[in-house]
Amino acid sequence: MLRRWVLYVLLLFVFGILVACGDDSETSGDAAGEGTTEEGQEETDGEQNRYAIVFKNTGNPYGEKEMEGFENAINELGAEAILRAPDQPTVEGQIQIIEELIAQQVDAIAIVGNDYDGLQPVLTKAMNQDIKVLSLDSAVNGDSRMVHINQADPEAIGRTQIQAVAEIIDNEGQFAVLSATSQASNQNLWIEWMQTELEEGDYGDMELVEVAYGDDLRDKSVSETEALLQSYPDLKAIVSPTTVGIAAASKVITDKGLQGEVVVTGLGLPSEMAEYINNGVSPWMYLWNPLDVGYLAGYAADALVEGEISGEVGDTFEAGDLGSYEVTESEDGTEVLLGEPFRFDEDNIDEWKEIY
Amino acid sequence: MKDNILQSLNLEKIAKFRELGLLGFIILLAIIIQLLNPAFLTFGNLRDLLTNTAILSILALGMMLVLITRGIDLSIGATLALSGMITALTVSAYGNLHPLLAILLGIMVGIICGVILGLLVSKIGILPIIASLGLMNVFRGLTFWVGGGEWVSAYQMPPSFKSIATSSFLGINTLVLIAVVIFLLFYYFVNNTITGRQIYAVGSNPDSARVSGINQTKILILVYTIMGGLSGLAGVLWVSKFASAQGDTATGYELTVIAACILGGVSIAGGVGKVTGVLLGAILLGVLSNGLPLINVSPFWQMGIEGMIILIAVLFNTNVKMLVEKNNLLRREI
Repeated sequence: MLRRWVLYVLLLFVFGILVACGDDSETSGDAAGEGTTEEGQEETDGEQNRYAIVFKNTGNPYGEKEMEGFENAINELGAEAILRAPDQPTVEGQIQIIEELIAQQVDAIAIVGNDYDGLQPVLTKAMNQDIKVLSLDSAVNGDSRMVHINQADPEAIGRTQIQAVAEIIDNEGQFAVLSATSQASNQNLWIEWMQTELEEGDYGDMELVEVAYGDDLRDKSVSETEALLQSYPDLKAIVSPTTVGIAAASKVITDKGLQGEVVVTGLGLPSEMAEYINNGVSPWMYLWNPLDVGYLAGYAADALVEGEISGEVGDTFEAGDLGSYEVTESEDGTEVLLGEPFRFDEDNIDEWKEIY
Repeated sequence: MKDNILQSLNLEKIAKFRELGLLGFIILLAIIIQLLNPAFLTFGNLRDLLTNTAILSILALGMMLVLITRGIDLSIGATLALSGMITALTVSAYGNLHPLLAILLGIMVGIICGVILGLLVSKIGILPIIASLGLMNVFRGLTFWVGGGEWVSAYQMPPSFKSIATSSFLGINTLVLIAVVIFLLFYYFVNNTITGRQIYAVGSNPDSARVSGINQTKILILVYTIMGGLSGLAGVLWVSKFASAQGDTATGYELTVIAACILGGVSIAGGVGKVTGVLLGAILLGVLSNGLPLINVSPFWQMGIEGMIILIAVLFNTNVKMLVEKNNLLRREI
């Protein structure tokens, strides 16, 4: 008797979890896409184009802004935006969503890839069914996309950070880099460009002592920063091209009371860095505007669908408020560059910290 | 002659030897790191090491109780994140909230999470690994939902809240102080109170524990509640230390905590585990995460080395256990 009762409760629990999971994915799609209401609209005028964006995972404030920018562009164009993201930043989750989008016969898919090569089969399948595929922010390989929207030129990002740190520490002294994981392709590319800038420019008195990896984890980034400070007592600056790393490094410097002795710069979220820009640990840092990345991707998707561009080098298109853009060659396929990274300092941080 | 040696090699002595071995290993590791980078054994670095290990040791003590009852709690990382997120949102909305109240709020959130898990395990009889796996996702989802997918950043938190982790009392960092107090409380609790001994009884032999009149349901709910409360506390300390609350705070941290317990000689099969051992286990992991970056080990090797050390500890544990069992069998023959 008791055993049967336990079984019922168990079944109820499992069912509950299933419902909760189902609910979850629906709400995440919903919150992101307002899919249901707009699908209703679509039935009334079947001509409306549908553009989908697939982000890495849900619950990422940066991703929310990127999808919001995409939606803004699509709304300006009078089409329908579908915003989707898996619960976890996995390839499998994205493949499932893309399969669904193919079944819905959307007109274009903009993807922020969780893996460089892993999405190729499903994205090729989409392109074979005449769905326009582009990637933004985190690229997929050249064969699985028609064009990539690059948030900023890796060369400009790498070089700008070295120029910034040189300016802050007066071209003299030791500095270290605190990156995300050692396999993060975009971070590694930026660091390569940093090293190129160091070799080519006039930075004879500056020395890059170490590249440390904090894995985008708070505790690990803190340990790595502390190790850098212990190992190099004369360290003048830490350059961290990643959100968690730059905030963790700034926190350590703040707690140790090293303001002014060791400076931090790099790439970070304005909301995370507001405290440390205002207290002087980081005189300034950079990031692109995710709203603009999404916005540009929205217009590029439309240009692909309308046939204005085909993803070939030299194609040009208008991107609403952002102006005119040209497709250029990248290492693997073609891309559109958003522009120089945006500088956040004491003067503008207070208006940006509320935004993202 | 042989019997005598084996008999004198009783369980208690081996447990003691095991902790000495662990302590020796930590000292050996410290010497190696010191030789490779003299900055290791400096006052500043040791202070960093202890501060960074405090949260891990608090959680490991709670996990020890759960493991002793033959259970496991995989939801603590998510509980930590949920408590941290709720506390961070509260202090960002009510900036003049007293830090002590913030800590209490975090502990309450954790206790609620712990009680739910305790009820699922003890009253309904779901396997701890399944129940906590399910709740892990529930709590993680709640964290995202409560935070609305956004992070709570340093500028939104009042200085009084951030100073929980940075302040010090009598020259000792508050985090370390809290960990020491909890360690002393636990030491007294598991060794000198009836309830503390009952936890071991439930873990080492549930049937005889029931026969001798121990209320197993009560004990199970108690250990999961303590675990939850400590996770809640750790959540507040975590967010205060790093001055940032994210939805994915401490993802996977439960495995580090379990690793610290296993290193400290707690048996997954239940009934075995000592407070001092767990503390040494946590310190060993702390030394690794502090020391490996200092000696410039490639990031590819860091994880590998940590894993290898855990494996060696477990192998050692198994061998010692086999020896003890053989010893017991021999005694039975006499």
